[in-house]
Amino acid sequence: MNDSSLPKLIAALGVGALFGLGLSVGGMVNPGKVLAFLDLAGDWDPSLLFVMGGGVAVTSIAFHFVLRRPVPLLGGSFSVPTRSDLDARLIIGSALFGVGWGLAGICPGPAFAVVGYAVPDLFYFLGAMIAGAGLYEVTLAPPKQTTAPAE
Amino acid sequence: MENFTPVSSAIGGVMIGSAAVLLLLLNGKIAGVSGIYGALLRPKSGDIYWRVMFLLGLIAGAVAHRMYDGGTEIVVESSLPTLIIAGLLVGFSTRLGSGCTSGHGICGIGRFSQRSIVATVSFLVTGFATVYVMRHLIGG
Repeated sequence: MNDSSLPKLIAALGVGALFGLGLSVGGMVNPGKVLAFLDLAGDWDPSLLFVMGGGVAVTSIAFHFVLRRPVPLLGGSFSVPTRSDLDARLIIGSALFGVGWGLAGICPGPAFAVVGYAVPDLFYFLGAMIAGAGLYEVTLAPPKQTTAPAE
Repeated sequence: MENFTPVSSAIGGVMIGSAAVLLLLLNGKIAGVSGIYGALLRPKSGDIYWRVMFLLGLIAGAVAHRMYDGGTEIVVESSLPTLIIAGLLVGFSTRLGSGCTSGHGICGIGRFSQRSIVATVSFLVTGFATVYVMRHLIGG
């Protein structure tokens, strides 16, 4: 696999930085702002609709053109989900995610980006989030894919 | 709505969307953060370092914003036990549901994926409901 070629590593770092900058500029790293967005019955702050609208405006136009390419610019192949069925895991998982998001006002991207702000309490959130993902791996994750013996 | 920031939020959103497009164009990957770090918990050789670099980039981007103009205000209202419970829940559920706000909300909807549209509606509805219960029924 060449997903770890030097150009791809540099690209991942730079793209991650643009993503993290966007999360910070957009206000997604501020749990108080996220909770104000989710508080429809309170002093509602619709700003995050603009984050999502701005993001989807770009992806919904540009993804189409990117995916017409045979391969990514730096080689390898596109790794894009192909499923279209709706299953219980998707719906229950997403619904539970909303509960966690509503309790703290933090989702996974901002949980990492906000490390740049070094807020002590939020390190506990990040640690717990990684532990939660680990718990999934040892409980409900589908069995490890057995790759056909190569070489 | 005194804290309403449509302009900076839309700019942030365009940056996030542009980053998602660049990751797909350059590396062929979907910029879904729960998947990017989640797969590191079951690492496959050759599929590790780009993920680490992306996550380091997320932090670097926030640091850059902080250095440039002080960044944004961070207000944490939840207690430490609530943050830990929420963290466990977010970590577990985003893997179960195959994505979060970035993978489903920005990338999946950008591909007009039925699964991502359903997922995004699901987490928005329960997010709204959770804050309603916490702030207006329990906390009220």
